[in-house]
Amino acid sequence: MHLTLEFGGGLELLLENSTKVHKVEITTSKDGQGKVTTPKEGQDKVTMKSLLSWVKDNLIKERPEMFVKGDSVRPGVLVLVNDCDWELCGGLDAELEEKDVVVFISTLHGG
Amino acid sequence: MGGGGGGGGRREAIERELKKLRAEREDLDGRIRLLESQLEATPAGVSGAAAGIGVEDGACGGSVACQSRVSNGFKLDGGLPADMVYRYSRHLLLPDFGVEGQRKLSQSSILVVGAGGLGSPVALYLAACGVGCLGIVDGDDVELNNLHRQIIHKEAYVGQSKVKSAADACREINSSIKVVEHHHTLKPCNALEVVRKYDIVVDATDNLPTRYMISDCCVLLSKPLVSGAALGLEGQLTVYHHNGSPCYRCLFPSPPPVAACQRCSDSGVLGVVPGVIGCLQALEAIKIATGVGEPLCGRMLLFDALSARVRIVKIRGSSPDCTHCGKNSVFTEQDFQKFDYENFTQSPMSDKAAPSVNLLPESARITCRDYKKLVDNGEPHLLLDVRPAHHFQIASISPSLNIPLSMLEEKLSTLETSLKETGEASTLVVLCRRGNDSQRAVKLLHEKGFASAKDIIGGLQAWGQDVDPHFPVY
Repeated sequence: MHLTLEFGGGLELLLENSTKVHKVEITTSKDGQGKVTTPKEGQDKVTMKSLLSWVKDNLIKERPEMFVKGDSVRPGVLVLVNDCDWELCGGLDAELEEKDVVVFISTLHGG
Repeated sequence: MGGGGGGGGRREAIERELKKLRAEREDLDGRIRLLESQLEATPAGVSGAAAGIGVEDGACGGSVACQSRVSNGFKLDGGLPADMVYRYSRHLLLPDFGVEGQRKLSQSSILVVGAGGLGSPVALYLAACGVGCLGIVDGDDVELNNLHRQIIHKEAYVGQSKVKSAADACREINSSIKVVEHHHTLKPCNALEVVRKYDIVVDATDNLPTRYMISDCCVLLSKPLVSGAALGLEGQLTVYHHNGSPCYRCLFPSPPPVAACQRCSDSGVLGVVPGVIGCLQALEAIKIATGVGEPLCGRMLLFDALSARVRIVKIRGSSPDCTHCGKNSVFTEQDFQKFDYENFTQSPMSDKAAPSVNLLPESARITCRDYKKLVDNGEPHLLLDVRPAHHFQIASISPSLNIPLSMLEEKLSTLETSLKETGEASTLVVLCRRGNDSQRAVKLLHEKGFASAKDIIGGLQAWGQDVDPHFPVY
């Protein structure tokens, strides 16, 4: 599955070269969560939960505790699936579809 | 949806009658305006209500005075005198805004919390556009390093109160509005009293605990909150607690870890970024005050200056289970006044200093004065600066070796080589900006076998204060 992942509000600092936009190809299966494999038809759906674990294993280069807490994102991070708060589309259980855009953004406090 | 027929016919009759009456009213209004302008034209310069210049706290005269006054020259019958028509003519020409929009604006009172990078354009635009009562609250003084982004302040005001500086600037732009100065930091003990006097609150602050506090306060007092934030090259904007939008706690029930709270004073900010967000905050406040347009409720604007992209996303509505704005909330004004926001967020109610850490035994630390003596005595040592490379480029003590803390572990061999060059018995002295990262570095170095490593207490900041007053502070 092809997804566009975007990181902002400082979360990009946890990724290699502080790159904000990542076009990725991802699939997960029940027994091998987080593994990058070639997409096959009829494979298990990618949920936000499995995506988080994939991002943590494949993209986050340092201080994972600045991105995840437990099996969700840490407090202060907004997650948006196709420009919509993930709380409105199922949170961790939200199922992703081909070409979805997922944004992780840390809330800012400065001014 | 049924019930058409006869009901529909009757409806049409009423609508026709309404249309006729409205046309008559418009005609009458036109004649009234004409007569009024003839009356106004006689003694030139006499506008309706005199400009109010509230100077100190409470000068606003309480909520009633602040909210229901007929201001900006609007007369009791709602008409605008000639000079005000001229001043706001470009507003009046907007079909969606018009006299009604201007009248509502002139009767509204808006509180801007923070006269910094965000608050500067907010206050300037709100003053210029003719809001009735503009309150500005901030406890800080203007500093030279504010001026690149806090465009309301001028060089002449460096060292003076930000609120005084901002209020003077607003009055220079528009002497017909009331500007109220609140010369103190907004805190749980005074927030209710201040916020109560206003219709709309603009959060233009720079720290996390204050953001939670302002949101809670607005929930308790049922005030719409226009919230903006900026850092680095990014900005965020939304309207909380208005038209079904969430409060800050609905969105962020738990505060983020301290390490995730970046400050402009640590991470930097491009001046125009808070400027852009502040302008949008002023716009949202004007929309709420006038009822014109759709405020950014239940939506959030994300601004990325680097890629020139603005993204507007849908966010959750107010949560019925929210501990503060939910229907079962038991949070009272008394609870609010006692709530320790700094403890809740583990961060200070200011953008200033990062909380200093204390990781090392005294034997592993030296003061910058002792370090100066060590240099003067010619003792063999290596000065390791662990700040990020772009900090090192701003200013550094010569000679020193720069290995940023984030790369220290992988560059231990470089360090080892440099240490050998300075001599076997040399001390390894570690330096950073404020004396926190240097402690983290020394801790790591001890673990890796660099037993002689010591950190300079207070870092370059202390060096500038205690040893070299000419060292550039940033």
